[in-house]
Amino acid sequence: MSSLPSSASTGKESGLRVPSNGKTIYHRPINRTKTSELSQASFAFLFSEMVAYAQKRVKGIQELEHKLNVQGHSIGIKLLDLLLYREPARTQLRPQNIVALLHFIKQNVWLHLFGRQADRLEKSTDAEKPDEYMIIDNEPLVNQYISVPREMSQLNCAAFVAGVVEGVCDGADFPARVTAHTVGEGEMWPGKTVFLVKFRSEVVEREAFLAKS
Amino acid sequence: MKVASKGHSLFRIDNTRRVWFSNSQDKIDILETNSKAETRFMVSPSWPDTLNLTLVSPDSRTVFSLIIINKAGGLIYNKTFHEGGLNKISTNDYLVLAGTFHGVHAITARLNPVKPVAPPPTPGTNEPPNRPEPSSGLEVLETENFRMQCFNTLTGTKFLLFTETTQTNVDVTIKRIYDLYADYVMKNPFYSLEMPIRCDIFDRKLLSYIREINNR
Repeated sequence: MSSLPSSASTGKESGLRVPSNGKTIYHRPINRTKTSELSQASFAFLFSEMVAYAQKRVKGIQELEHKLNVQGHSIGIKLLDLLLYREPARTQLRPQNIVALLHFIKQNVWLHLFGRQADRLEKSTDAEKPDEYMIIDNEPLVNQYISVPREMSQLNCAAFVAGVVEGVCDGADFPARVTAHTVGEGEMWPGKTVFLVKFRSEVVEREAFLAKS
Repeated sequence: MKVASKGHSLFRIDNTRRVWFSNSQDKIDILETNSKAETRFMVSPSWPDTLNLTLVSPDSRTVFSLIIINKAGGLIYNKTFHEGGLNKISTNDYLVLAGTFHGVHAITARLNPVKPVAPPPTPGTNEPPNRPEPSSGLEVLETENFRMQCFNTLTGTKFLLFTETTQTNVDVTIKRIYDLYADYVMKNPFYSLEMPIRCDIFDRKLLSYIREINNR
């Protein structure tokens, strides 16, 4: 019990609790890119609790996916700023068209979050849906330990990641709606997930206008 | 299909457990199946081009089935990996087996509840005094045809693995199954504690792990 701090040192009333060595999160360099790995097990438990927490407060699967989406959204907005800040000074530009943005997500965001790039990037082949793009991940890290029960087969917990992607798009001023869908591919990739990015009509309109000029 | 050689004889085994020989020698009784494990075949001295071989049992190794019992003695998982190894019993009997084993385990753990205590820590250090380790209770149950090993986790969940009596490294196997359980059951948000385990990924990983062992 001798390791507990004495009550005298915590006398001053402050909203911010400072650890005994005086180093808060604000003292850490913001530019850590390498060696900033986390334990996957602890993330798995945390994410499991997040899903369970959301599940207790919703009625249907859609609502649950929406909750997870909202949880990820704020991460996405902040992540965009952080990752751009960490880029070399010359390329610190916000993505200015849809393809650049999606590549930024597929490469930088995925690399930062999951340690690898997303597997594929596709544009919807349907000519009537020029606003739809797909980011494909064969094995989403968040779903690695999750078996969705049969009666909820519509659910994909990667809706959380979809929320992150949506946050990045919104933060970059490309408002979009992002949803996660399971498209299992046999024995090889049973958890293959498609993140469907549906940009708002004005984004596509602006894109077309900028391409002309 | 496996290809093997012993001396100058080459032969291969197809899926129907038939052995095909490329040349005829007197007798071959050892077939290397991989670098570690050997599978023994008895071969008659005069052979036709094709012949059916029987596995000599002492070297065959099979994991028959797995049962997981929760800390209240309820059966929460039951999987058979090898058809024909053990007779099928009804689900009800499995439940009784789980409950009975749980009781017997609890009693055997109390027969001699205290192991000798490790020597007390040297005075002056801050370590807490050693507590006697609890007795593990029934660990192995062996019959003529199978061997049942029990692994009791710290929280009282029991893993029972039924194997052939000659199976080696059951400890390692059972620990690995515990790993899979910790990963794919405990980290699954849709699993409620102490309830029957219905997790696709756990099933899949477990089956592929056991298949790897049984095919060795």
